[in-house]
Amino acid sequence: MIGPQVSTLSDGKRLHFHHGPTDLIVEIFGSHREEAREQATERFQTVLTGLVAELPKLRCRYDRKTRFRDSTTRRMQAAVAPFSEVFITPMASVAGAVADEILGALTDGLSIRKAYVNNGGDIAFHLGDGQSLTVAAPTGSVVITHDSDARGLATSGWRGRSHSLGIADAVTVVARDAASADAAATLIANAVDVPDHPAVKRVPARELAPDSDLGEQLVTVDVGGLKRSEIEGALARGVALAERFLMHEKILGATLMLNGQTRAVTLS
Amino acid sequence: MTDTPRPEKIRCDACPVMCYIAEGRAGACDRYANENGKIIRCDPLTILDRRIAKGDPVKPFLAADWDGVNAPGDEVVVSAIGAGTTYPDYKPAPFIVSSEIEGVDCVTVVTEAIFSYCGVKVKIDTDRHLGAEAATVRFDGEAIGHVMTAEYGSQMLSLGGVDHLTGGSKPEGRKTCDALMALCNKEAVELTVDGGSTVVVQAGKPPIVDGETEVRMRVGCGSATIGMFASQWKGLVDEVVVVDDHITGVVSEHQAGKVIDWPDTGIRILGRRSTPGRYFKVANPGLGWGGTDISDPLSILGDWRVAKGARPGLTLLMVSTTGEHAAYYELDDNLTPVAKAMPEALQPSVDLIAQNCEPALCTVLFMGGAGGSLRSGVTKNPINLTQSVHDEKTRVTVGGAPVYVWPGGGITVMVDVTQTPDNAFGYVPTPALVAPLEFTTSRIDYVQLGGHDGSVRDLQEVLENGGEYGKYFRILRDEK
Repeated sequence: MIGPQVSTLSDGKRLHFHHGPTDLIVEIFGSHREEAREQATERFQTVLTGLVAELPKLRCRYDRKTRFRDSTTRRMQAAVAPFSEVFITPMASVAGAVADEILGALTDGLSIRKAYVNNGGDIAFHLGDGQSLTVAAPTGSVVITHDSDARGLATSGWRGRSHSLGIADAVTVVARDAASADAAATLIANAVDVPDHPAVKRVPARELAPDSDLGEQLVTVDVGGLKRSEIEGALARGVALAERFLMHEKILGATLMLNGQTRAVTLS
Repeated sequence: MTDTPRPEKIRCDACPVMCYIAEGRAGACDRYANENGKIIRCDPLTILDRRIAKGDPVKPFLAADWDGVNAPGDEVVVSAIGAGTTYPDYKPAPFIVSSEIEGVDCVTVVTEAIFSYCGVKVKIDTDRHLGAEAATVRFDGEAIGHVMTAEYGSQMLSLGGVDHLTGGSKPEGRKTCDALMALCNKEAVELTVDGGSTVVVQAGKPPIVDGETEVRMRVGCGSATIGMFASQWKGLVDEVVVVDDHITGVVSEHQAGKVIDWPDTGIRILGRRSTPGRYFKVANPGLGWGGTDISDPLSILGDWRVAKGARPGLTLLMVSTTGEHAAYYELDDNLTPVAKAMPEALQPSVDLIAQNCEPALCTVLFMGGAGGSLRSGVTKNPINLTQSVHDEKTRVTVGGAPVYVWPGGGITVMVDVTQTPDNAFGYVPTPALVAPLEFTTSRIDYVQLGGHDGSVRDLQEVLENGGEYGKYFRILRDEK
């Protein structure tokens, strides 16, 4: 087995953390970069093994009585709790939770001006006074400033690395942390759908990945031609859910994209 | 009728997740996949990593119908890492990719080549004696190579090769393969030399000899340093001694001093004089001044001779070959050197010596021969490929890195492993190393050398559909 690896990318600034399926791109701005790197590297050594130890429980439907030992898996459980009225497993927030965990280790006890941990598009970030972060998301650039509560951003869609029950090309969510954004993006992307449409090809998740947390649920593998009204209908389902999440302050904003059409859900 | 059912899913042990992977699918990492019940590596991150390395934005989505922009061929290097291979090589190489580069329809034949005839040449920047020439080099107790001819400022090792890989005992072959793969993948490896030292070698990092990390390569031996800097010292100081474990130099006696009429000083060096101004064995090897064991440089000086020019007030600079140590003295009335503050005018010359020392590094060159059956994966007439490579019509790369092709028969190449992507090298239990190997030529030349033209595929199509084992070779691209 190949263990955790941390290297500096050729630009000399960004770091690449790699272990198994985890690839993080990390950048730290300002002073204390070496200490921050050391702290993050130290924590990264056991992130994947911590997840793996509790993997069977993480793959089960959320149950508030389940207790987790590892700090990342606790983040996952906490992140999916507000969304548990529908089927969700803690795995829906794994990428964001890992980003949050490493960001937490990185900034712990240090005065860091600005930093981000990008886990395949699910991003946790730290913003000091007056700092802002610009993220190129599929639906356009998103700028987040220090005075907002947002410290996480995540994108989900059937074309992405995780399986989706819906047909959204991409749903990007901004939330208080990356784990919450990850869970919400997963659910909103699932909601963007045209049920039982012949042009949408779906297969049981287990056929694609034998140990998927989605089990026999049908996940999208191809989306054929859709009528304009069908696209708008699918997006409207997603927008309705996103607005509900926003109203209950579970998220801080979302953008949805399907077949070149976009919708934005924000407070203003 | 009884059929033996083929296992539908298998467990991958490449990382702690231990994914079950369905036939034709990749695990959670997208790096390993199940092909006919076997775990194979299919590494889209080679492309991803290149894009990250270039600073391009990366989005984790498939290339197909995102916004209609195609993968531009000149930005994407298809590497052979994870392409898979066939052995013996009876069918076309796993990927034969065509991409439009500068208006030329280029063909890249991509394969992972199995090298039984391969090894590494290691250059270790140190003047320390690692072992006698031809002494056996061991890894975990097994002989994996030997010390070869030393080069300027560096010790050289030749490791691996077919005799150690397959010609010796099984443990010898396995240890050789392990050491080669680790060295090629830029990992640290501890080697011991029979009758010599233990050295930790890692490509691109300073060597660690018997527990001591080498920092700088000396600018030259003490004598060479005198030659380089004599004219800069003239007029600033009466005598300069460059302390070096190999050859200690004295400017007033040295030829480089004589040609600029440097006067005698009556200095006496306690060592074995070689030629004027050059002394061997002023002390024992060690970690002090200039690779010697001394901490007080005056210990190598004898009595000063008045008849030869020694006088009270005479000034003396003593410096090591790396500029790490330097001291300034004046002779008192008893002709005893007394330490004084370094004059401002002399400091720049000491700094210059330090600046001219390069960092001591280990360099690892992978060397292998691609002259055998592998060629038939590329062309139906293997000799044509050899000739095309030597005519420079076909370019050879290893993991996208440039290679040196040895003149003469066959296709024997050398590549600096630090130029190849991380974890580019693998192994098969033969034991032999598996290295990525790419041949690039124009389509016209490819057809002329008897290439498998019918197997040529568009770059875009390969990126979207991958190799023959599944759709999991993806390009991750930036959005506009």
